[in-house]
Amino acid sequence: MRTLLTGNEAIARGAYEYGVKVATAYPGTPSTEILENIAKCSEIHSQWSPNEKVALEVGLGAAIAGARVLVAMKHVGVNVAADPLFTAAYTGVRGGLVLVSTDDPGMHSSQNEQDNRHYAPFAKIPMLEPADSQQAKDMVGLALEISETFDTPVLLRLTTRVSHSRSLVNLGEPGERAVKPYQKDVAKYVMLPAYGRQRRLFIAERDKRLQAFAENTPVNRIEPGDQAFGIITSGISYLYAREAWPEATILHLGMTHPLPSQMIREFAGQVGRLFVVEELEPYLENQIKAMGLPVTGKQIFPAYGELSVTLVKERIAGALGRETAGREAEPRPFEAPGRPPVMCPGCPHRGLFYVLRQLKLTVTGDIGCYTLGALPPLAVLDTCICMGASISGALGMEKGNPGLARRLVAVIGDSTFLHSGITGLMDIVYNGGTATVIILDNGTTAMTGHQDHPGTGRTLTGQPAYKVDFVALAKSLGVKRVTEVDPFDLPKVKEVVSREIAVPEPSVIIARRPCALLVKTPESPVVVAGCNACKACLRLGCPALSFPEGAGSVEVNPALCTGCGVCTKVCKFGALRKAGEENA
Amino acid sequence: MKKMPNVTNILLVGVGGQGTILAGKILAQVGLAQGLDVKMSEIHGMAQRGGSVVTQVRMGEQVFSPLIEPGEADFLVAFEKLEAYRWAQMLRPAGTVIINDQRIDPLPVLVGAAVYPPDIVPALKARFSPVLLAPAQTLAGRAGSEKAANVVLMGMLAAGMTIPLTIWQEALAAVIPPKLLAINRRAFAAGLETFGN
Repeated sequence: MRTLLTGNEAIARGAYEYGVKVATAYPGTPSTEILENIAKCSEIHSQWSPNEKVALEVGLGAAIAGARVLVAMKHVGVNVAADPLFTAAYTGVRGGLVLVSTDDPGMHSSQNEQDNRHYAPFAKIPMLEPADSQQAKDMVGLALEISETFDTPVLLRLTTRVSHSRSLVNLGEPGERAVKPYQKDVAKYVMLPAYGRQRRLFIAERDKRLQAFAENTPVNRIEPGDQAFGIITSGISYLYAREAWPEATILHLGMTHPLPSQMIREFAGQVGRLFVVEELEPYLENQIKAMGLPVTGKQIFPAYGELSVTLVKERIAGALGRETAGREAEPRPFEAPGRPPVMCPGCPHRGLFYVLRQLKLTVTGDIGCYTLGALPPLAVLDTCICMGASISGALGMEKGNPGLARRLVAVIGDSTFLHSGITGLMDIVYNGGTATVIILDNGTTAMTGHQDHPGTGRTLTGQPAYKVDFVALAKSLGVKRVTEVDPFDLPKVKEVVSREIAVPEPSVIIARRPCALLVKTPESPVVVAGCNACKACLRLGCPALSFPEGAGSVEVNPALCTGCGVCTKVCKFGALRKAGEENA
Repeated sequence: MKKMPNVTNILLVGVGGQGTILAGKILAQVGLAQGLDVKMSEIHGMAQRGGSVVTQVRMGEQVFSPLIEPGEADFLVAFEKLEAYRWAQMLRPAGTVIINDQRIDPLPVLVGAAVYPPDIVPALKARFSPVLLAPAQTLAGRAGSEKAANVVLMGMLAAGMTIPLTIWQEALAAVIPPKLLAINRRAFAAGLETFGN
């Protein structure tokens, strides 16, 4: 049976068909749906871990114990998991271990566009790159096979366009989900320096065997054609190259570490000019140049953003001095005002950010929906770096510039706090920081589509779990001042924030309200009467509020308004009222 | 650039949460039912929070790239008027525009930092033909649920394409949950009747 699957669904299908027993992840676009789909298979233990490092360590433990394992994360998650990854390369595995990294060229949903292909040679592990969903599924099987044959974790690298594009996949039957018997092996799994040195020699020898494997694996293949020039490519770039140059000779690499150097040399000998088509860094190009082969790559292609069929067509034609055949002039785009993503109507973050703006505070931000608070009209964030950096960054700002201390707050979501915020908070207490940390607890990992975490009381598969007590956690770290507030209660929020920033000791404010998208029965829309057109409410940036040109009054869109009432507390003239309170 | 032979490119654009992905799935099913190769690309994550979203569907004998190049779309289905304007340069000069007559102000317009273009439909009509406009939400509401506006738009698209209606009907049944199928069949028919015959 053939069916359309996204790359992420195909990875999940691969886990089902190729005997994966344990699957772990922390959600992150564009990787999130991998685990959400694996979780539908009850024979696989699937779980959200609090962060990617933990996810990989759980995965490695399961692989050492003899199970087949898949661990998934977005590209920046691999940075978090890099510590166990680099030593997992030494220990190797018993059951197969595949690490799926979904990179994000063009930064559709990320803070950087790092090229995770570099992790493969850096960590000394083999890497596969699928171009479409069929390959994504097949390569889960191949990666597990390589992992077990060569005793190594395997990196399976996707990009946004592979993860979130649907293409046809042949479905197969699920294989056996056998677990190999556990074998204690101290010299292999206890990485004392003496054992580590032995394993380092093992890696050197493993690299040679993998190199030979790469020369013969069918995922590296030459598609013969016009030999005037040849293209070496991998991943989504292969599809762009194939469509742009239907007659060209292409070396399509499915395994991109180690590279099949003999095959590349032979390919170079068969064609005239040699091109490399790859997104982001000159990863293939530099290695091919190091083989002494002349090749054109980043000289004509950008080393940032995404490629496209048009780009591949035009740049190669330009380098060959050929005309691009009959391309119609691109029409000038109409000038449309931007439509940036916004916090939803009824979002619990909005009112809190409004108060922070009123108080003119310096605000270190973090990764989540609330990062949107950096955009106008709220424009309240000063920084956003990576998961957890709001809290530790606030400590650094205070130590670096003590003048900031009494007007500094860190804002971080519940899921992000559990991912990487706890250690930062511990550091504030330990090193005498005085910043105020606001945990925006909306009871879910909202940005990536509402995943559970250890603070929600539910697991990935919907099982009840212990719900982390944020108050007790903060107190146990040594924070004496912990306050809980309802972010819809603006006067209270203002009072608490003003009080806590003034105190020269660490404090935590937990602003608790469920994500607006999880509230099934919103309240009646807010009503307007007697608006004096001051437009103060528009500074909330609520999509349900508008002030149409020529109108004398603000308008509430009843289809969008959730009746949260935050705007009623911002209006100084009582013109915005909650339904039922019109005459109050 | 030379167009790939026999590949039909359909761009579905709208505002996060309007249901472009479900419409894309119906369309993909229509391609598969004709025995064609199909690729579909969609947007997840941050952009979904009320941002501009795009779902791309390509169908033909063999489709390589999952993405439509600028100037290569055969059909532009806009779930909102401003999004039709924004994505129009993706259309071929002979491309068809299908627009839901709905205005959703983006935040810069709501807060008075930008102006919603007043002449979107005339501007599009001056450059493309046909430009089909219908109040998909209202029609969907009459069919039983405003949420079926995306399926009204698929009915309008079906009227502009030359694919047997039985294939569309099968695709609806394959993608829509059974309990919502009757409403969606009515919504599809409403879209089709707007421009059919």
